[in-house]
Amino acid sequence: MQIPYTVEARPDTGLTNGKLGIWLFLASEVMLFGALFSAYILLRVGAPEWPHGELSIKLGAINTVILISSSVTMVMAWASLKMNNWGRHRLYLLLTFLLSATFLVNKYFEYREHLEAGQGPWHSTFFAIYFTLTGLHGLHILGGMVVMLYFLGPGAKMWKTSPEQFTNRIETTGLYWHFVDLVWIFLFPVLYLL
Amino acid sequence: MHSDPAEVQKSVRTYMMVFGALLVCTVLTVAANEMHLMVPLAITIALVIAGVKGSMVASVFMHLSHEKKAIYAALLLTVVFFLVLLFIPMLSMADHIGVPIGMAR
Repeated sequence: MQIPYTVEARPDTGLTNGKLGIWLFLASEVMLFGALFSAYILLRVGAPEWPHGELSIKLGAINTVILISSSVTMVMAWASLKMNNWGRHRLYLLLTFLLSATFLVNKYFEYREHLEAGQGPWHSTFFAIYFTLTGLHGLHILGGMVVMLYFLGPGAKMWKTSPEQFTNRIETTGLYWHFVDLVWIFLFPVLYLL
Repeated sequence: MHSDPAEVQKSVRTYMMVFGALLVCTVLTVAANEMHLMVPLAITIALVIAGVKGSMVASVFMHLSHEKKAIYAALLLTVVFFLVLLFIPMLSMADHIGVPIGMAR
């Protein structure tokens, strides 16, 4: 049986099922991260003092630039498919994957430095919320990388059989990826600067 | 979302401009932090810049500037519940049940 409305839009919503699905998923993700941001505010407001300068602003800023760049390469991967340029699409998707891997490598070094200094999640309320928020965000990065790897590998075959559906899948992946970037855009100032 | 390749080609230029703007905003965020402003002002500036960056990502990269009504409706509901979720814990500050009279904050 064929999954309906993967290419043509549903008459009632004007959207493909995949696109509506990813937006509803992202709405649930807003609530998930919203709950944690809410916890952060509550912890910070209730704390007698809040630490400053515990995190490396340089590393945080570098990771911000990396994620912003990956958002651009991701949207370009989709745009290349729309312009029927398969080679460019592959290049941009691979770049997005590599940038996300670089982000995680940076995060690994950052985590290691803190853990070696005894600044684990048990150290203070600040580090507890820092590891929770960035850890959950890191898992989202990892999830996105798995999806990208699938489309760089076995998932790429669909371009030959159903190019429009493949393009929609890349757009859906992109929407998720931009959301992950968007979360980091708020995490960076909240955790590293304020 | 654009479906015409020529339209997409035009959008590529916008993507690059937004990329540049996002980088500039990141530099501004770090620069504002270096100025060691008062905490309330620093929080306001950092969150306003983050808001601008987030809006650019959502409206241009996620194509929210020209989406279907169903998505706007779902997101409007999300924003309402997000704000409730964000501020409802603050109500605990106004909860004086069990606190002796005269000791309430």
